[in-house]
Amino acid sequence: MADIASAAQPVLQLVNVHKSYGTGTRVEQEVLRGIDLVLRKGEFAALIGPSGSGKSTLLNLIGLLDRASSGQLFIDGEETGALDDTSLTRLRGRSIGFVFQHSYLLEEFTALENVMMPLLATHGWPSEAMRTTALELLGRVGLERWKDHKATELSGGQQQRVAIARALAMKPPMILADEPTGNLDTRSADGVFDLLREVNSHLGTSFLIVTHDTRLAQRCDRIIELVDGRIVSDQPNLQVVRHEAGD
Amino acid sequence: MNRYLPFEWIAATRFMRNGLMQTLLIISGVALGVSVIVFMSALLTGLQSNLFRRTLDYQAQIVIIPPEDVARPLRGGGPVAEAAILQPRSQRLRSVDQWQKVRDLIRRMPEVVAVTPVVSGPGFAARGDASKAVNITGIEPDSYLRIIALRDKIVAGHLSVSNAEIIIGTELANDLGVKVGDKLSLSPASGAMQTLIVSGIFDFGNKGINGRNVYVALRVAQSMLDLAGGVSSIELNVRDPFLAETTAQQIAAQTNVQVDSWITTNAQFFTAMSAQTMSNTFIRFFVGLTAALGIASVLVVSVVQKSKEIGILRAMGTTQQQILRVFLIQGGVMGMIGSLFGSALGAVFLSFWRGVAKNPDGTQMFAITAEPRLFVIATIGATLIGVLSAAAPARRAARLDPAVAIRG
Repeated sequence: MADIASAAQPVLQLVNVHKSYGTGTRVEQEVLRGIDLVLRKGEFAALIGPSGSGKSTLLNLIGLLDRASSGQLFIDGEETGALDDTSLTRLRGRSIGFVFQHSYLLEEFTALENVMMPLLATHGWPSEAMRTTALELLGRVGLERWKDHKATELSGGQQQRVAIARALAMKPPMILADEPTGNLDTRSADGVFDLLREVNSHLGTSFLIVTHDTRLAQRCDRIIELVDGRIVSDQPNLQVVRHEAGD
Repeated sequence: MNRYLPFEWIAATRFMRNGLMQTLLIISGVALGVSVIVFMSALLTGLQSNLFRRTLDYQAQIVIIPPEDVARPLRGGGPVAEAAILQPRSQRLRSVDQWQKVRDLIRRMPEVVAVTPVVSGPGFAARGDASKAVNITGIEPDSYLRIIALRDKIVAGHLSVSNAEIIIGTELANDLGVKVGDKLSLSPASGAMQTLIVSGIFDFGNKGINGRNVYVALRVAQSMLDLAGGVSSIELNVRDPFLAETTAQQIAAQTNVQVDSWITTNAQFFTAMSAQTMSNTFIRFFVGLTAALGIASVLVVSVVQKSKEIGILRAMGTTQQQILRVFLIQGGVMGMIGSLFGSALGAVFLSFWRGVAKNPDGTQMFAITAEPRLFVIATIGATLIGVLSAAAPARRAARLDPAVAIRG
């Protein structure tokens, strides 16, 4: 699996990325210290680390929600350092899907409309094609029957499934998941994780999953460990590789 | 999801529908504000036009008269005047110098709507033993009627001032005991008497004017007042009566004549009207401001409540401009819907007022007409206020850092 991944093209590349807060002040704090990271197409990686290690900051940078203090960040081959806010937003919209601990569905909209939302924001006007895409995605996450229900009428697990469908709406090459099962009971969490894996294997979408849950991390192909703003370990998860090889 | 609406409109309308109670409250606030503005504006316009009509019914907005005769101090070549006391000169009846030229010059001014020459001077009207001092006014009916609505004031007979005809007021008709078709003698303060037939009797609703003014043909007045070929004044109306003084000053600057506007001759009345207009403007401003602050406060709360949703929208590719528009649309829509309800409510208030404000004889105290233009202006104004008041919260929403917003 690791060999296959190394041959695939990178969807994400960080080169000596630093991030500091309070630059130029007496309380300057360097949160990320020279991160080098490549995530290739189809990879399913976990980012782990203790609290305060810089996971969220790194996720914000990779998600183009924040800018690095120095270094280079490539998304889908495009260098992001010189892009203005609108270009970053557009790149984010088409290249990155987000799944958060909470689903953050828009409660004003139905499940189907929530899935359509990234397409609508990007293209401006609703269309039948958007609806068809959203229906397909809802079908993929097993919620086609719930398409007309408002977000508030769905269970936590169902909401997270809708959020995954929404993250896939633009067919992004990469999905960033921040504690995607952190707010779910064990059964729902397993269901959601299985869904992420299924999307990964069927659509070839790359995943970078930030988690505290070692059980979850152990089910990923690659585990990246961040401590004090540095990557201290970046290994293929042999357990999964062996298991899959056994399959 | 309405396929005929773009993303921003869909999001804005859903956000408003989701916070229905807030939306309804602010729409009600805007509606109430707009209804007050519509009602007050129509009421004040009606009141002012009534007062205005009564004032300008029997006088032109601008009157051009010859310059006053001025006594010049006698000087013996040096700076010191030789005469110690300077008496003001008595003013004789004179014609406006080259009045046709002045009239033609004025006619060409774009703001002028009507011009008429007038010959006016003192005289006496007599019938039998009764005699009354009058003000003889010689007019050219065609142009004069475009300035003074004399035809509307005729209560008996008809408006005709041929060589042998005269139009008098109800008061004078009573005093002299004449009616339409009767003859009366008219003579200037010094000069030959002329007998004229009463063709019409007018009522301006003003006892002084009804008893004093008499109208004859321009030529008759010229001959009686010894102003052959001349006129004692040129009278005119302009498009905007409130700009009459400006036009008067322009005319005075271009000609060697004295120009008086109704604003200077009715200074107190004009001041009262201006004060009324200003107070109405103030009230409208503060009502508008209240509505604007209401919309802004609701949207500020909405931005805070929806910061996570805004963050996630930004994360999934919504630009700052799109978020900005979502909130501007909400402000505009609330302003517009509020103004539509407010216009309807204002119309109801006006209808109620018409039913209540009546004279003892049952007639309307004064006419109030709510022009469609007023409703259109109120709607556009409230919509603009809605958009403007949404600007600050919309900017705040657009500038939300998505990473911070999502994490709370």
